[in-house]
Amino acid sequence: MGLLDKKFSDANILITTTEEILNWSRLSSMWPMQFGLACCAIEMMATGASHYDLDRFGIFFRATPRQADVMIVAGTVTIKMASRIRTLYDQMAEPRYVLSMGSCATCGGPYWEHGYHVLKGVDRVIPVDVYVPGCPPRPEALLEGIIKLQEKIRSEKLTKKSEK
Amino acid sequence: MPETNLENITTSTGRPLRHEEVVVNVGPQHPATHGVLRLEVVLDGEIVVDVIPHIGYLHRCFEKHAESMNNYQQVVPYVDRMDYCAAMNMDFGYVLAVEKLLGITVPERVEYIRVIMAELQRIASHLIAAGTYGLDIGAWTPFLYMFRERERILDLFEMTCGARLLYNYMWVGGVSHDLPPGFIDKAKDFCSYFRPKVKEYNDLLSYNDIFIRRTANVGVLPADVAIAYGCSGPVLRGSGVDFDIRRDDPYSIYNRFEWQPQIGRGEMGTTGDCWDRYMVRIREMEQSINIVEQALNQIPDGDVFSAIPKRIRPNPGEVYVRTESARGELGFYIVSDGSGSPYRVKGRSPCFSNLSVIPEISRGCMVADLIAIAGSLDIVLGEVDR
Amino acid sequence: MTFQEISDKLKENFKDSILEVKIVSPADSSVKVTSNNWRDIARFLRDDPSLKFDYLMCLSGVDYGKGVLGTVYNIYSMTHKHRVNIKIEVNSDNPEIPTVSDIWPTANWHEREVYDMFGIKFIGHPDLRRILMPDDWEGHPLRKDYQVAEFYRGIKVQY
Repeated sequence: MGLLDKKFSDANILITTTEEILNWSRLSSMWPMQFGLACCAIEMMATGASHYDLDRFGIFFRATPRQADVMIVAGTVTIKMASRIRTLYDQMAEPRYVLSMGSCATCGGPYWEHGYHVLKGVDRVIPVDVYVPGCPPRPEALLEGIIKLQEKIRSEKLTKKSEK
Repeated sequence: MPETNLENITTSTGRPLRHEEVVVNVGPQHPATHGVLRLEVVLDGEIVVDVIPHIGYLHRCFEKHAESMNNYQQVVPYVDRMDYCAAMNMDFGYVLAVEKLLGITVPERVEYIRVIMAELQRIASHLIAAGTYGLDIGAWTPFLYMFRERERILDLFEMTCGARLLYNYMWVGGVSHDLPPGFIDKAKDFCSYFRPKVKEYNDLLSYNDIFIRRTANVGVLPADVAIAYGCSGPVLRGSGVDFDIRRDDPYSIYNRFEWQPQIGRGEMGTTGDCWDRYMVRIREMEQSINIVEQALNQIPDGDVFSAIPKRIRPNPGEVYVRTESARGELGFYIVSDGSGSPYRVKGRSPCFSNLSVIPEISRGCMVADLIAIAGSLDIVLGEVDR
Repeated sequence: MTFQEISDKLKENFKDSILEVKIVSPADSSVKVTSNNWRDIARFLRDDPSLKFDYLMCLSGVDYGKGVLGTVYNIYSMTHKHRVNIKIEVNSDNPEIPTVSDIWPTANWHEREVYDMFGIKFIGHPDLRRILMPDDWEGHPLRKDYQVAEFYRGIKVQY
């Protein structure tokens, strides 16, 4: 309603593809799991606060992985934490996406050389869809990462890959 | 805290109930643990029998990196990332330790700039602490209000050094950028804008009846236990101990300003409860604004880069210097072997000792109180695990 | 009390255990003690009315190289506002130091961290296990001769 209220003179039918409707509904209400690990978590909180609002994208944080669509890995992943991340990723229901925020989650960050306990990139344990670089990335950068993830969801196909 | 008597509960027909203990993991991923902390809680129904904290989920090998750097200046970004909510205070502690090892003094303008940045950062850090504490208790609105004020402080920092959260700003012997033109006026505007906001926070959260009932008389930390466990900062001052490193073990130019350390007096409950620790932080924000205003009025001109040494090669020796960070006593123990890179850098983090007191003060409380206690200690895991 | 007075008082009470009093500068002065009598010295430091060292500021481990490990205790007194630094050195083949976690409860977690990072065992500690690294980690990372393993439970550690 709202935009379309009382605009037409007769009853109407909307024609679209299933993919477009499904993808549009998925990307307009991505619910991330609250998974702030380190400094990037503070920037994620700042992005969710009132100055750079995340609620206008339909995003609000859920505490448990069972109700979440996307996992924003914000911060350094240590080896002690790696097995827990795998468990949490497995607990999320499909369709699920992962956004790796910050330099530490992408490749180990400033700790790449001598960090014996730092996992050099969270993609060593879980598959990642979008990487957002920065240390920490500005809220605008995180928003761009989220919008890129939305574009990726928009272009998802329901059909299997053809054999040709 | 009224202790529930679990011994004589019976059904209406007189059959006594059995009860046994359950182990529940709070964390490492949990919305209310302020980071990756795992609390192994032994529960008897809803009452906490024992709490065992497990840390190390954010151990980023800071001390190994500090030994591997070629230069003392290169350690500053790693120090930033220890306590990421109060990065300027971390920088301040480290550069003071290295400067003491070298035996150099910095220009007056650098001292004033450092104090202004450290106090503004203290306010920003307390805003995060109080805002997320409200979030733990269940209050959404103060979180948004406090982050709005924090954005103004981050604007000031971004104006100066280009970064919002992790600055690499204070270098050994000086700072990386001088104050830009217009900074002093903008900072003075911020000070006059911020003072009435503290009253707003008090109206919204501090004197709210529900908040008081959740936090007063909860997690009482007696003063002697606090000293024995090495607590510091608002945790120690909330228990009534009048000790602030800026006044009692002075460093930099804090003795030129008029301000008061704030201590908890048990106004709403017992001295040393969660409400006291929270209120010490709110009142410290007002004191920090006083310091910032006085420093902005007194700041002299000068060159901020003149004392930055070209090569840092201290004589063999060691030093332990402590400063008052937003969360307590931050100490750096640096051992030098005469070469250009540090031999051993140990960061004594305030939250490490503050966290170790959780088992002492939370036996006998309920699970919701445990969350309130953990929030009132204001821990940042980056610092605990280094 | 100045550092000289504190070290003199320690020497007159524990003359056999005090190995070295080193004063390089007012900020860099320390007393090196043997490890066997350390608990008595610690209790004396805490309870003696003129010393009253009740606040253990920092407990660090150091690898001095050539097979020598050590711990450094930075202690402060809230009542008299003076401080002292105590050092203990042990051999890295069998490093053992008596615990002070019942004298200063701050030391409980700090000693666990020194055990985790350097391998120094604290005799009498109520719960000596790794605190920062996972429980089945091999090696003590902050020693100078530490080599990190290539894989840990199937995860590649190095970049």
